Amino acid sequence: MNINATLIGESIAFIVFVIFCMKFVWPPIMAAIEDRQKTIADGLAASDRAAKDLELAQAKAAEQLKEAKAQAAEIIEAAKKREAQMIDEAAEKAQAEREKIIASGHAEIESERNRATEELRQQVSALAVAGAEKILERSIDAAAHSDILDKLVAEL
Amino acid sequence: MAADTGSYIKHHLTNAKMCMSDGGVAFNKACADAGFWTVHVDTLAWSIVLGLIFLLTFRSVAKKATTGVPGKMQCAVEMVVEFVDKSVKETFHGKNALIAPLSLTIFVWVLLMNAMDWVPVDWIPTIAGLIGQHAFGMDPHDVYIKSVPTTDMNMTFALSLGVFFLIIYYSIKVKGLGGFAKELTLQPFNHPAFIPVNFILESVTLIARPVSLALRLFGNLYAGELIFILIATIGLFQLPVHFLWAAFHLLVIPLQAFIFMMLTIVYLSLAHEDH
Repeated sequence: MNINATLIGESIAFIVFVIFCMKFVWPPIMAAIEDRQKTIADGLAASDRAAKDLELAQAKAAEQLKEAKAQAAEIIEAAKKREAQMIDEAAEKAQAEREKIIASGHAEIESERNRATEELRQQVSALAVAGAEKILERSIDAAAHSDILDKLVAEL
Repeated sequence: MAADTGSYIKHHLTNAKMCMSDGGVAFNKACADAGFWTVHVDTLAWSIVLGLIFLLTFRSVAKKATTGVPGKMQCAVEMVVEFVDKSVKETFHGKNALIAPLSLTIFVWVLLMNAMDWVPVDWIPTIAGLIGQHAFGMDPHDVYIKSVPTTDMNMTFALSLGVFFLIIYYSIKVKGLGGFAKELTLQPFNHPAFIPVNFILESVTLIARPVSLALRLFGNLYAGELIFILIATIGLFQLPVHFLWAAFHLLVIPLQAFIFMMLTIVYLSLAHEDH
């Protein structure tokens, strides 16, 4: 055994070292470690949150895309309907126009024919009178026989 | 050769002594009769230098400690601190601002002191001898220096007695004087008639703690150092053998530091526990 006053010196050194470590070494290092742990934990939480947000945004975007597609389909459908309707309308209008034109044509033809008939009648009656005059070689009172002539004309 | 080897080994295992002798200081052989009031200057100097290396390194890191991205030095220091902190938290479940820094000091300081074992056994004594011879005109055989402080029982007992007083302090603080007395006298046989027997058993248990702490560290390191010295005496063949023994100390040196720290934590947490 070689125990001597070194024991006392080393004990003092030990006590001083431990106190120094306790006051000036341990707390700042531990504080730095704990601070960094907190920062890392916060960062991880934030990244978790961001991932969740991203997922939500993606879902929202997909939904919006779907909605937009549906809307587009709807618009196309409406446009097609409108197109068909416009074609129908135009066809109808054209048909009506055609009928009107035809009807007016018919009416014109009719009136032309009536006029011609009337004219023909006049001329025929005149011709008949002239012919009868020539046949009879005498003057016939046109006025006196006009009723007979009129009857003739009406029979034509 | 045999006498040479014997004196060589003895020289390497002798501390540098310093004592007061009528009005002045005396060294080494002059201190043979000084008894208790002798100081091993080599143990003191090496241990304090190593302790300061530990504290100043850690302090400089602590001052510059950033909570952002740490540098390599800070990472290394934080790894040691977290390792100690984890060991303390696994064993000790109370609130105590002392135990963790105490454990850190013990672990790193003992580790550094043990690590002096790796320095080849002749380097430091030879350098010291040369300095003594040329600067102070001493006989180099009279210059003693033991560079591994933990191979000095004064060092290991200083540590373990510090722990011992903390055990007693916390036992009394947590359990009260009565509680501590009860713990010493009413265990393991809870009967008034057994009080003396219990007291003897528990006292032995209590005192065995610092003694075993100190002697375990001292014994391991002293034996390791002795084998290094023996290896150094076998001539050229010492190189591979020295290498093997040094490699084995990769295990012994941190392990002994860890055991000292761990048992300190265990003893102090037992002192905090109320039975």
